[in-house]
Amino acid sequence: MKVDLYNYILGIADNSLILGQRLGELCGHGPNLETDIACTNISLDLLGQVRSYYQYAAKIKNDNSTEDDIAFLRKERDYVNVLLVEQPNTDFAYVIVRQFLFDTFYYEFLNELQKSHDVTLAAIAHKSIKEVSYHQRFSSDWIKRLGDGTSESHQKVQAAVNDLFMYTDELFHQTDADIAMIADGIGVDTGLLKANYYSKITKILEEATLQVPEHKYFHKGGKQGIHTEHLGYLLADMQYMQRTYPNMEW
Amino acid sequence: MVVTAQNIDKKLHRILEGVSDPEIPVLSIMDMGVVRSAKVNNDNVHVKITPTYSGCPAMDVIGDDITKALKEAGYTTTIELVLTPAWTTDWITTKGRQALEDYGIAPPLDAVTDKEALLGNKQVVKCTNCGSVETRLVSQFGSTACKALFKCENCQEPFDYFKCLK
Repeated sequence: MKVDLYNYILGIADNSLILGQRLGELCGHGPNLETDIACTNISLDLLGQVRSYYQYAAKIKNDNSTEDDIAFLRKERDYVNVLLVEQPNTDFAYVIVRQFLFDTFYYEFLNELQKSHDVTLAAIAHKSIKEVSYHQRFSSDWIKRLGDGTSESHQKVQAAVNDLFMYTDELFHQTDADIAMIADGIGVDTGLLKANYYSKITKILEEATLQVPEHKYFHKGGKQGIHTEHLGYLLADMQYMQRTYPNMEW
Repeated sequence: MVVTAQNIDKKLHRILEGVSDPEIPVLSIMDMGVVRSAKVNNDNVHVKITPTYSGCPAMDVIGDDITKALKEAGYTTTIELVLTPAWTTDWITTKGRQALEDYGIAPPLDAVTDKEALLGNKQVVKCTNCGSVETRLVSQFGSTACKALFKCENCQEPFDYFKCLK
């Protein structure tokens, strides 16, 4: 089995799975009908992309695992998503800021992944980026509306920015699998995306009349399977059906 | 991007035309452009379909419906889902666009105009009910992944807009 490629795929896919699950929690609980539908639409796009990644990963694993096994039957420490995407839906401002910080990264990432020497990953990237460009438009639009909205919305979105900004640096951390895949021309060298990412984020936050936090300390660990306390609860909810009724199908 | 042409055996056209999109029943999957190739080999048809959106739940149903329609015509079917080249709204046929509009879904505009419409910069999406362009974006995301929700300021009716995907 190509271990590095397998781990590399999970590194991309787990972000989308966990964020998709978080957004799915808003189904029927969004602040209004339109944003409720938007968040669940984005969730659906992400979960659709995840299926392509996990189907490919299952093929590489080559031990009769299915996409569902990879999604539902791993333990917390085996998930390698970044800490940002597992952060809870504290309020709508947190939902939007988490989405904005992730979308901006993911769009740039997919843009580069389209050039991957791995044809399957390039194809998934090519398909996904069209969808993610809509997500990015949605989340940056809301950043501006909330930031440049009422004093209440401004204060709430600023609080979310201040809290979630410390999870952004991890997006650019490179694991052993990342480094190996970059060397093979398969992976994206995220180091090259960093400057552009922060300048894009800064531009939109400033447009939204928001302050860019000056953090010196950034959290990390998700990519090594060391998660915040929030992931366990999310997984308990997500895995419940497969754990209770093993091998169940819809 | 080079768009590869559809490669569909002539005798299968009529059968596949009869399979409709489960979310938009007035639209055949052929007018939608999701069938990329269909080739007969003995009595088996190898059909390649491409998803409109990655998470589109209609894809499984479309695969089943194709299998069913071809079975009635005496064929067995192998369905293959292909991701590349990625589906674009440019593949919706002229007939398909008309069918969308008649059904109450405004057909996709070109990429530049679409962006202006979805950012609310310009009133360009035509109301499917009264034809007015005095329309307003309600939500970039609608009842399915492929649609946005609009409202007409003239006749006050809400309607769907099929988002441009390129």
